[in-house]
Amino acid sequence: MFNRTPIAPLEYTRKLWMRSWVGLTMLFLYAPLIILMIFSFNDSKRNVVWKGFTLKYYEKALNNDSLVEALVNSLTIAALATIVSLVIGALAAVALWRFRFPFKGLVEGTMSLPIIVPEICLGVAFLIFFAKVDWPTDLAWPLNLSAITIAHITFCFPFVAMVVRARLASFNKEEEEAAKDLGATEWQAFRDVLLPHIRPALVAGALLAFTLSLDDFVITFFTSGPDTITFPVKVYSMVRFSVTPEVNAASTILILLTVILTFIALKLQGVKGIAETH
Amino acid sequence: MSGALQDWKSQKKPFAAVVTAPVFWLALFFVAPMAIVWLYSFGQNAGPADIEISGTLDNYKRATEWLYVSIFLKSFAVAGLTTLLCLIIGFPVAMAITFAAPKWRPWLLLGIMLPFWTNLLIRTYALMALMGTNGYMNKGLAGLWEGASWLRTLVGMQPLDAWTPVQLLYNNFAVVLGLVYVHLPFMVLPLYSALDRLDKSLIEASLDLGAGHLKTFMQIVVPLAAPGIVAGVMITLIPALGAYLTPDLMGGTDSQMIANVIERQFKRANDWPFGAALSFLLIYAMFILIAFQSMRSNKVKAA
Repeated sequence: MFNRTPIAPLEYTRKLWMRSWVGLTMLFLYAPLIILMIFSFNDSKRNVVWKGFTLKYYEKALNNDSLVEALVNSLTIAALATIVSLVIGALAAVALWRFRFPFKGLVEGTMSLPIIVPEICLGVAFLIFFAKVDWPTDLAWPLNLSAITIAHITFCFPFVAMVVRARLASFNKEEEEAAKDLGATEWQAFRDVLLPHIRPALVAGALLAFTLSLDDFVITFFTSGPDTITFPVKVYSMVRFSVTPEVNAASTILILLTVILTFIALKLQGVKGIAETH
Repeated sequence: MSGALQDWKSQKKPFAAVVTAPVFWLALFFVAPMAIVWLYSFGQNAGPADIEISGTLDNYKRATEWLYVSIFLKSFAVAGLTTLLCLIIGFPVAMAITFAAPKWRPWLLLGIMLPFWTNLLIRTYALMALMGTNGYMNKGLAGLWEGASWLRTLVGMQPLDAWTPVQLLYNNFAVVLGLVYVHLPFMVLPLYSALDRLDKSLIEASLDLGAGHLKTFMQIVVPLAAPGIVAGVMITLIPALGAYLTPDLMGGTDSQMIANVIERQFKRANDWPFGAALSFLLIYAMFILIAFQSMRSNKVKAA
């Protein structure tokens, strides 16, 4: 990093102003998060002065039943939404990649809409829709999460379809034909030839869907009822009405969860692969 | 590859197997809800829990009142300013990643992407904690203030009054800062992927032929990275325009954006038809933006 060779014209990254710029940007992106994480261990109600190390806010957060329930709800919804989005998204990608059919442009266009339509409009649409069809709200857990899960699947599966379709573009159709020539049925060819090829995209799509679902506040805000609070909705009400160090502790847990998930993705995919999914 | 597409009629069973679920889902859980909103936008409240779809245009007429037009304009201004700031901050970062040593590049990319994967609400909350009257930003400003005060005493002037914490939150500045904070990764990633594809020998040629760095940047790098710039602008502008959380938590009473007004119609004001009309106006605004973009990229392709 500090070798003394002269800076070549294109080594912009070795120029001081460029380095400071990147450094300041990273500071801007990370300082709030790191300070939040550090002060979640601070033994003081007021957040600014360091009063000593404590885990009591983690204990409090984990003993806060409604917060834990919200976290469990969020993870359950994310897991269910990921599984369904993965299936529907992969099927949609295969359908669009493989077949010519009437109204294909319409289907393709409509499928990209949940990505483009502002979250607030989608949230409002689900609020009206579930009110209009009288979606039952008093079901037992986890069925009472069905409305939120349905909403999440709608905005997650187009992302999965996009990632899988990009991967399908590199598939050699002759491999599938060869399998069929050798006697494989349609299903066997799909399971043993096509599916292994798209597996990395399925992993990437699953992680994308899981984070999108876990992250969502606006759409959930409109579809959740009093018994179906998710983690972001809970944090929102806590931030809105009273800031407590418990929120710092709970946030730190979720940040660490994200970092772990990202590193798993990294191991499976490599950084470049993840960059391409965005 | 498009030549290899199969006609659905030749393989009806596999086609039905893959197409049914996605189309069914889209129709039932996306098109139907959106259609109901669209119908409601032509309706009116006819009782406490009853909406009559009467084909009225009153909701759209009400949306043209100056109050709502000004909020639309303001949302565009805030989203536009956010996008511009993200572009100014993000372009050098994308350049730095592109020209970084190969072993550093993935880590820099990861550094940009990790916040992107972190919960939006947590990031907003973290920024709020930093900007509060007791937060570190105020501490930093207090330090600067005391430094200035000390300098004044050095040259024999009266010291400044004691520092009073300033309210950094709950105003338009906080909303723009919050939106930039949240959307910066959206801008950097498409810029990076455009710059990464750029033929670096063109930059070298321009420098060799005597153009300065600034001239090379303006005349070679920016035009060649144009598709990435357009993509980054769209990917930042569209969510920023529909932002709900940042103005809600970090803004003051005068920093309402269009999404907050829509939310109010569904919660406190309880005027669903009007909220539905505003939602669709926001969606139409997005469509217009996207139409502009595709017109541009078609022009580029034709040229």
